[in-house]
This record gives sequence, C-alpha cells and structure tokens, in this order.
Amino acid sequence: MFRNQYDTDVTTWSPAGRLFQVEYAMEAVKQGSAAIGLRSKTHVVLASVNKANSELSSHQKKIFKVDDHIGVGIAGLTADGRVLSRYMRSECINYSYSFESPLPVGRLVVQLADKAQVCTQRSWKRPYGVGLLVGGLDESGAHLYYNCPSGNYFEYQAFAIGSRSQAAKTYLERKFENFMDSSREDLLKHALFALRETLQGEKLTSSICTVSVLGAGEAFHILDQETVEALINAFEVGAEEGPTDEGAAADQGGGATDQGAASADEGVAAMDI
Amino acid sequence: MNSVDSIPAKNSLLSSQAESERTLYPYVTGTSVIGIKYNDGILLVADMGGSYGSTLRYKSVERLKPVGKHSLIGGGGEISDFQEILRKLDELILYDNMWDDGNSLGPKEVHSYLSRVMYNRRNKFDPFWNSLVLGGMKKGQKYLGTVNMIGVHYEDNHVATGFGNHLAQPILRDEWHENLSFEDGVKLLEKCMRVLLYRDRSAINKLQIAKITEEGITISQPYALKTFWNFSAFQNPTLGAEGSW
Amino acid sequence: MTKQQANWSPYDNNGGTCVAIAGADYCVIAADTRMSTGYSILTRDYSKISKLADKSMMASSGFQADVRALQKLLAARHSIYQHQHNKQMSCPAMAQLLSNTLYYKRFFPYYAFNVLGGLDNEGKGCVFTYDAVGSYERVGYSSQGSGATLITPFLDNQLKSPSPLLLPAQDAVTPLSESEAIDLVKTCFVSATERDIYTGDKLEIVILNADGICREYMDLRKD
Repeated sequence: MFRNQYDTDVTTWSPAGRLFQVEYAMEAVKQGSAAIGLRSKTHVVLASVNKANSELSSHQKKIFKVDDHIGVGIAGLTADGRVLSRYMRSECINYSYSFESPLPVGRLVVQLADKAQVCTQRSWKRPYGVGLLVGGLDESGAHLYYNCPSGNYFEYQAFAIGSRSQAAKTYLERKFENFMDSSREDLLKHALFALRETLQGEKLTSSICTVSVLGAGEAFHILDQETVEALINAFEVGAEEGPTDEGAAADQGGGATDQGAASADEGVAAMDI
Repeated sequence: MNSVDSIPAKNSLLSSQAESERTLYPYVTGTSVIGIKYNDGILLVADMGGSYGSTLRYKSVERLKPVGKHSLIGGGGEISDFQEILRKLDELILYDNMWDDGNSLGPKEVHSYLSRVMYNRRNKFDPFWNSLVLGGMKKGQKYLGTVNMIGVHYEDNHVATGFGNHLAQPILRDEWHENLSFEDGVKLLEKCMRVLLYRDRSAINKLQIAKITEEGITISQPYALKTFWNFSAFQNPTLGAEGSW
Repeated sequence: MTKQQANWSPYDNNGGTCVAIAGADYCVIAADTRMSTGYSILTRDYSKISKLADKSMMASSGFQADVRALQKLLAARHSIYQHQHNKQMSCPAMAQLLSNTLYYKRFFPYYAFNVLGGLDNEGKGCVFTYDAVGSYERVGYSSQGSGATLITPFLDNQLKSPSPLLLPAQDAVTPLSESEAIDLVKTCFVSATERDIYTGDKLEIVILNADGICREYMDLRKD
C-alpha cells in the first residue's frame, strides 16, 4: 500500500524538494474560518468569521490587538495564534520601552517569520499551524502582511485566508485597485462584502463576524457588535445574494471579473512555499 | 583629595578585583558640552581637550559625532567610555539601516535608547562615566536632550553639561530665544565657550561647532576663539612683591 | 593618579514636590516642574506627573532616572494588563501594583517618592501615598518630596480630616469643592516655593473627575 515516506518529520525533504510537514501546517490554515484584511494609505481593516464549534459553545477570538498601531487576524490553530500574538505584544512593549516609539510593522513581521522558520528546520519542533494577517501603521504608512507557517511572509493590499477565502480573494481582487485612496468607511464596506463571500449564501450578521480598524489617529480597536450591525445595515450587506457591486464607483465593470479570476490563480500559487 | 587605595573596601561588590573592572573614576576626561536649538536646527559645541587629571593629555579629541542621519551627539567625561558609546550607537544605526524599510531611528529614539543604556550600566554599578548631549532633527522636529552617567535625562531648548551648567546656562537663559539665526547661535555659543575658557581650568581654546538641520549634519573644522588676557585682574598679582616671581 | 571625583553614587536627588487631594467626586494631583541637582537647576520644565491609566495619575519626586524607570515599567505592566483583561486598571489596583513594584527593589530601591491619585470604581477620589520601598496607605490627601515637610502640616491644618484612629472609620475624602481644592493646592505650592529651593518654576495641576482629565499650569518663583 502506498504511504508517503517523506512526511513523518519536518526536516525531511521529499525528492521533489518539498517539506510535507510544512505544507500540512499550511493546510491547517485553510481549515480555520476565514480572516480578511485590506488597507488604504492610512487605514487597515481586519475582519474574521466567527465559527462556534457547537451550538452550545461560544466562538474563539480570532482578532487580536498587538499594540495601538498593530493588530492581527488569524486562521488555523487559534491556540498557536494566541501564542504568536503574545510574542508580538511583548516585542512591541519591549521596543517602546527602549525607544519610546512604536515598533515598525514590517520589522515585527520579519521577526515573526523568522520565528516560524525555525520550526521548519528543527526535528524536535512543529511548525505553527496558523496564518496571520498583520495590519499596522508606521512612519512608512499603513501595511498589511500575511504570515505563513512556512516562515514566508508577503505584503498585500488586501488578502483573505482560511476556509472559503478564495471567494473573498476574488472579490478583493476585483476591487483592490481603488483601496489605496479609499476612506475608512469604504474599507469597512469592502471588508464586510468580502467576508460575506466566504459565507456562501449564509446571511452575514454581526454575531458571526468580528471587525477591527486601525489608522492614522485611530488606535487599533475591535468594533463592538452594535457598530458592526449598523454597518451591515447601512451597506445592506445582509441582503440575500444582493448585488456585490453596491457602490458602483468601486466596480471595474464586466472585464474585471475575468481579470479577477486570472489573478486568483496567481494568489493560489503564492500560497505555496 | 583621597587616594583611591586609601578607601577601605566596604563590601565584596566593591572589592579590588571587581573594582578593576569598573569605571569608579575616570582617566581621560572631556569637559563641558553645550547645545542649543536655533531657527532651523540644533547647534552643539565642545572643545577638543582630553584631560588626564589636571594634565592636558590630548588636544584633538573629537567630542561631537553624528549618529545616523538625524542625530548628533556630544560627550563629556571619560573619553574611552564615550568612544565605546559611539561604537554601540554606530552598531545600532547600522542594524537600523540594514532593514532598509523606510523606517529610521530619530533623535528621540536614540535619546531614549541612550538613557536606557546609561541607566542599565548604573544599575550594574558599572557606569559609563559621561554626560551626553543629544541633538537632532527629523521630519521638521527639532530635538535637544541630555543624559548623564546615572541615567538622569531631560529635554530643553538649551542644555549644558559639567561646568557649562554653571557658567553657560545663565548666559543662555538670558540671551537664548526661539528664532536665533545660525550666525547668532554661533555667536552665543562662542560667548559661552569664551567664559568657560577663562574660568574652566580644563577647557582649551580649540573647539568644534556642529550643526544639524533638515539638510544634514556638518561639523566644523577645529578653530580657536579670540581671547583678551590684558585685564588687570589677569596680570601677575605678585609683580611688585619682592622675592616672588 | 589621585582621585578627582567624590566616590561615585548611583543616586541623585533631583528634588520636587508632589501633592494630591481626593474629593467626593474628583481628585487633584499636582507637582512643580523644576528638576535640580545639588544647588543647580537642570531644567525648569520637567513634568513629574504621569498618566498610568485612565483614572490614575502618579506624581513622583526623588531621583529622576529611577522615577522614569518606574513610570516606564508601570506603563509596560499596564499595557499587559489591558491585553489580558480588556480594560483599564483601576486606581486601587494600580496602587497595589506600584507598591509591589517598589518593594521588588527593596534592597536597591527606586529612590522615588510617589503619590498616586485617581478615581476608584465608585468614582470617588482616592489618593495613595508611598515611601521609596513600597509601604503605602490610602488617604484623603498627601504630599511627597522636598516640599512635603512644609506642605503636609499646612494641609493637616486646612483640611482637618477625621482622625484615622476614629472607630468606626470615617471617610477620608476632603469636604472641599473641586475649585477650593485647586486653590488650596496653588497656595501650598506658592508657600513651599518661598522656602524650598527644590520647588519652583511652574506648577502643573491635573484634575480628574467624571468628565475626564484636565490640566492647569501656574507660574511659580524661578529663583
């Protein structure tokens, strides 16, 4: 019977040049409920879908404040996500203790990626099973990064991770070109629409999502449920199968869909090691 | 003045072996550093003397140095400690530049970092025996601050260390204002340095002025001040005394 | 070579005076802004008051480097607290944390003399007063630092707070109105500045009440 000979530990290469354990870790990211992020010049919005394990339980927290200027959204093993956000929080606190200024986001992301990388090269360790969307603001502007269990990281204008994130990615790819100059409200709107895409027909309500914002003059914070509810109503995101082109200004027209589909494939390729 | 070895070791922490690894008194020292804000940046001044006790041991010590693009540091006290601090700062700036990500440490950050370094060393009873002045400019913001060997630090519009705090600060409090031109700033600093030259035994007449503005950092070539020693108070007081010289 | 300096000391006294007064629904925290060493003034504009949480302010005098380290440590501890509990620390909780933090360095103390002022969970004014190694007490008003010896008896006289020995315990908050308390603080500092060389230049007053935080400044003698 066939059995994969090269996936029993992290540090063993397959003849094809792959590290199966690392790839499995990246699969774990896809199992988690979706998290999305998008940014303009000045703001970052992170949002996630809350999936409770059972009717009787509450859902797990998927968006964490790291500092006033940094927040993360996670998909995958939430326990690993918590450990990594705790690490990021302490890095931020230590940096501001020494320098009395906020830690540049890009640097934190590199430190985080290096930490993840170590787990792909030690036989007694296991890669983190979590993908992190790191949003932040520093002197070079607003940033959104995706951090992956392999130790790779990418900077994005907008991105989605977790289960059925492809639908959200397709939506974001169709709209992202206007994000740079978008207002905070527009970002929130697109975040909610993108989030709805991952629900596949299920109605988007404030109880099944978490939305957070940070930006120039606005410290990272998670919006309370009433605010999210109000936004959903204002943008009519809750409407069943409503037109995704709500606010036609952001739409590209017919050709954009194809373009979106084409680059969606590229998006998948980027996920590979 | 007591000799060091006449002081009995009070506890093992300060006993002879540990003592030899700590700066409990300085060897070669620089004297005052003065810094002021002026209309388009910061000016720092320091002379170039390095005193070995009361001996003028070195005459070309550079005590004003750039730290990255946005900061300027001036150091008084133990010269070797100052040069060690410069090495640490250069390393800090090098690592900062290596990120190459559009973020950089400004004078506020460097000052904060330096304060931690100085305070940590005092906590280990192994101080850097210095008084430091940090001037800088980033994104149109002027910054001027100081730290000493036990970690006391603050910002101000004009700062002066050592003898400068006694002799130059009163002049600066009198004459400093927000809109000093570069020329007036230099004149004011030279006035301070002249007073120090006359009254501070370890000050020497060879000094540098450093400037930091939005355009960058410039440190002047060493130069001397014009002095006047013919006041009657400076004349030999024993001139008429028989048997004296 | 003969020694040029006096034996090195890790401490300095940078002077300064702090006062805090608690009222029924407010708290006034004040300190001068002079920073000195020996007979020299280092700077005339250094704030001794730091905001530790939404409803607690600490005024500290003593050795500036220790004070700053203490403030930074508490700031870091407070961000950790916020991450873990999703709320601001209450003033009584901060008071206990400050005490523990000071006592942690019992054998190489922070040379810092603090008063912590704020509002408790009921919105009542509270003042906590400390020594350098962490013993503390909740009081109705307090003064610390170089001018404390001048101000404390004056406050005792003016505020006539009920004796802490009374049983059952009486409320220690002052009966004064907010503006009366602010005027009293100003008078205290003007008087202390006359006699204490380490107090002067400028008075910073922070007022905490249900509306939030507001700041006020008043010039003091600069000599």
